[in-house]
Amino acid sequence: MPTHTFILNGKRVSVDCPDDVHLLWVLRDLLGVHGPKYGCGLTVCKACTSLINGVSVQLCGVLVGDLKPTDEVLTIEGLPGSVGKALHPLQQAWLDYDVAQCGYCQPGEIMHAVALIEEAHAAGRRVNEADLDSFRNVCRCGTYFRIREAIKAGEQMMIDQGLLKKPNAYDPILPGRELKREHHHNRAAR
Amino acid sequence: MATSTDPLIERPVSRRRFIAFLVAGPTLIAAARLERPAAASAAGVPTSQPVDEYDLSDLLNDAAAPTANLIRVVIEKDGSVSFAMPRAEVGQGITTAAAMIIADELDVPLSQINITLADAEPQLVFNQLTGGSNTIHSIYDPLRAAAAAARGALLQAAALYLNQPVSQLSTAGGAVLSSLGQTVSYATLSTKAAVSKNTLVKPNLKPHSAQQLVGTPQRRIDALAAVTGTKVFAMDITPPGALPTMVCRAPTLNGSARSLNNEAEILAMPGVTDVAVIPHSAHINGGVAVRAATFGQCIDAIRAMQVDWAPGTAEGMYASDVESQLIKSELPMTPALGDTIDERFVFNFRPGDPLETNCAVAVVTKDSAEIWSSLKAPIWAQEKIASLLGMQVSQVTCHVTQGGGSFGRHLFADAAFESAVIAQKMGKPVKLMWHRADNFRQGRVHPMCTSRVRMTYSGKNIIAFDQRHTSVATDFSHGLGEILSAYAATLPDANSLGYSQSIFLLTACSPYNFGPTTQLLEEVYPYDKFNTSSVRNIYSPDVRTAGELMVDKMAALQGVDRYQFRRDYARDARMVAVLDKVAEAADWGRTMAPGTAQGIGVHREYKGYAACVVEIDCTPRTVNRVIPNGYGGPRVTKVTFVVDVGLPINPLGLQAQMMGGSMDGIAQALSYSLHLEDGYFLEASWDDTAYTRQWNTPPDVNVIVMPPTTNEPGGAGELGVAASMAATAGAYWKATGIFPTRFPINYAEPLWFTPYPTVPPIPASPTTEYASVIAQEQADKAAGRRAEREKHAHHTTRHAHHSAKRKDH
Ligand code: FES
Ligand code: FES
Repeated sequence: MPTHTFILNGKRVSVDCPDDVHLLWVLRDLLGVHGPKYGCGLTVCKACTSLINGVSVQLCGVLVGDLKPTDEVLTIEGLPGSVGKALHPLQQAWLDYDVAQCGYCQPGEIMHAVALIEEAHAAGRRVNEADLDSFRNVCRCGTYFRIREAIKAGEQMMIDQGLLKKPNAYDPILPGRELKREHHHNRAAR
Repeated sequence: MATSTDPLIERPVSRRRFIAFLVAGPTLIAAARLERPAAASAAGVPTSQPVDEYDLSDLLNDAAAPTANLIRVVIEKDGSVSFAMPRAEVGQGITTAAAMIIADELDVPLSQINITLADAEPQLVFNQLTGGSNTIHSIYDPLRAAAAAARGALLQAAALYLNQPVSQLSTAGGAVLSSLGQTVSYATLSTKAAVSKNTLVKPNLKPHSAQQLVGTPQRRIDALAAVTGTKVFAMDITPPGALPTMVCRAPTLNGSARSLNNEAEILAMPGVTDVAVIPHSAHINGGVAVRAATFGQCIDAIRAMQVDWAPGTAEGMYASDVESQLIKSELPMTPALGDTIDERFVFNFRPGDPLETNCAVAVVTKDSAEIWSSLKAPIWAQEKIASLLGMQVSQVTCHVTQGGGSFGRHLFADAAFESAVIAQKMGKPVKLMWHRADNFRQGRVHPMCTSRVRMTYSGKNIIAFDQRHTSVATDFSHGLGEILSAYAATLPDANSLGYSQSIFLLTACSPYNFGPTTQLLEEVYPYDKFNTSSVRNIYSPDVRTAGELMVDKMAALQGVDRYQFRRDYARDARMVAVLDKVAEAADWGRTMAPGTAQGIGVHREYKGYAACVVEIDCTPRTVNRVIPNGYGGPRVTKVTFVVDVGLPINPLGLQAQMMGGSMDGIAQALSYSLHLEDGYFLEASWDDTAYTRQWNTPPDVNVIVMPPTTNEPGGAGELGVAASMAATAGAYWKATGIFPTRFPINYAEPLWFTPYPTVPPIPASPTTEYASVIAQEQADKAAGRRAEREKHAHHTTRHAHHSAKRKDH
């Protein structure tokens, strides 16, 4: 069985499994990392959203065989460490606004919010209402409004703490990439 | 938030009396139970309905009362306080509220209170059921009594220890303080205050004015776990040997697997360890189960299975068939004694899915079974599992895990039953999880129904209100049903009515003085033809939306403002108060642009009152927004919600509940549904079912919690849906001029999605060309196409999406 090596929350990990197992299951079922949640397995609900090389992706749509040893996977468990703090400012904002209800969707919400804010600032602007409307993560408990509030507050905290690189100094991320992929595959799957 | 008694508000004295016990144990344990409340006196309002005297909350309270002595508060040796709550926490915030109640009564910091969810304990009988938004209402007094008894015992122990009279002692911050300045912590006193035999005590409850936490906004006690990903749900629990397990389900609703025709091939697939055919029954959805190293490999195996299926329970049926059956079965109206307006409303099937799919962990040996699942009726589940496995109840342990939402679904234990049976059949522990597509297509749904409303009037006077609600049978075969049968004698007209009718009578309500009011329920089909549950919430959203739209219509006919009309006919002062408040806060009646409008809805249930005003945008620009792979449609742009729950425990939690309820109400009015075609539901993903998403979230939400109006906390988990759904429907009428009679309003529009096939029953997980995406990104970067990318920055403007054509099946 092939061995796959990649960087998970700052640490190099290796796992033996076939190439065609999705990363969500590699993390949850084989490595015991439970922050990313299952809500559909179709890259629709976004409960499994994590970052790969800083890009917001759905782990249920990434095959472990496609990872390179240098690829950095960041889940909610590794988020505080990624900024060298006990909590990432967005997690703090989530607490301040008492966002969570059942909490099942929230790891994915927070991880996508991190990418969304970083993307906007990489483009030299702040998060706007259209960005918030583009947020696809499902919250069946209906915490959407508090998520919007917490993102705005968290963005300000990230600015204040110097966590957002200045425009242009930032390595740009291709916006909309994830959606293009999803669009394509949803069609293909049906 | 005011917590003290406001002299301006008349707060009726609670009808409940309580006693408490000190329970023998190594440290201090206090327990309390409720005595049966005295019968309520008749409300004496001109329009009187069964619900006025005795509603579902009362029923659940009475059912809980005889065994509520097992509500126990334990002072641990380290001074912390433990309470194993006999209820399920599924996101509604009841653990936080319970911690607040205990902290207040015991003078312990919130951080020192540990709330866990109790395993199934048969001796709790009815007191372990989370339904009808009843939790806080039923445990508020016993919890206070138990905590107060513990506080009394701690004071006694401290009096001995310090050799001072109790009158010189007080409590604060988890310690007893003396007037001489001495401090003894609860840690020191916890064993000293322990008793060796059970002792009856009279708890000295704090007056409401001395409560410091109750009534103040407090954040959830599990929030940190939620935002760090450490909150443990059922699928995060892995007993040794428990491997991922899924079930290949039928292509039609409740079809049963006859045989798996390529078992050897499936067993040879990577990661697969076991397969088993699980026949369909009333309690087991069933199909062909597969156990593998990962859920991904279960999905692959399911997609490769060749299964011989027996027909399902709705073979060949369409929603239109159900609708004709409902209309045919409608109970007749009595002859009208004046002019009437009369409409029939149709409410389609809609899912009851939480974000966490049905799931359970099961370890079954020859003589024992251990199950982990989010169970709202764990005792019932435990008994059923014992009978399914051929075991004694005492051989089955049911652990109640935190739930990723519920919305009524976890009253059932479908996954727990299935997991137990599969684990027994395979002889191995399993982590059973449903696929999302199955959860939508084979899971429990809100029953399709019609509601016919007739209002009779004579000139300016409304003289009668009649509602005939006809519904696909709701499955009440869970614990709530057992409560009802045990307490049948206490129910209004119980002898002539079944479970559903009883629930309907206990919840149905028209909160107006419209003269003689009748609301009757009729059901069609056996309860297990469709898989139903009392999806958030039971009947009220539909009953009230139909009723409120007719109120709007009558107001228009009479030429009276919709808010004023409601106010004129409101049955009581609490209703008037929430109406006035919402009208003021929402700036009711402000001028709205063409294509936009305000709507208003009120509701009364679970000892609470709710009023909601929404603003909706139905302009073509908004309605025709392009949402890739999703449904846009009209957008509610503002929600103002006012709620009076009697005694609010945690206003912040209540606000969250009302916001969540409003998102539900918006979805149920506008877009959230399942299309029944040819014996199965077309929807298989969240994009298909069109629950509210960020692009349909109102950017402006204001929830106002009224100051205390009684001494009893009412339930809140479901109160938010009916008023917001009704307000949204009414706003839609005003904005478009189209009076909506079919829900959700978009139901008949061309499908915005291409239905996934039913064979294989679950879609393939997308396989991204992740490597090529990265390569593309690098190529983009090299080409410096930044400007191009910027142009495409917003997902919602990308990928012009055309309504997909419905496939032929
Ligand atoms: S589980 Fe990955 S997006 Fe839903
Ligand atoms: S908090 Fe429950 S699904 Fe979002």
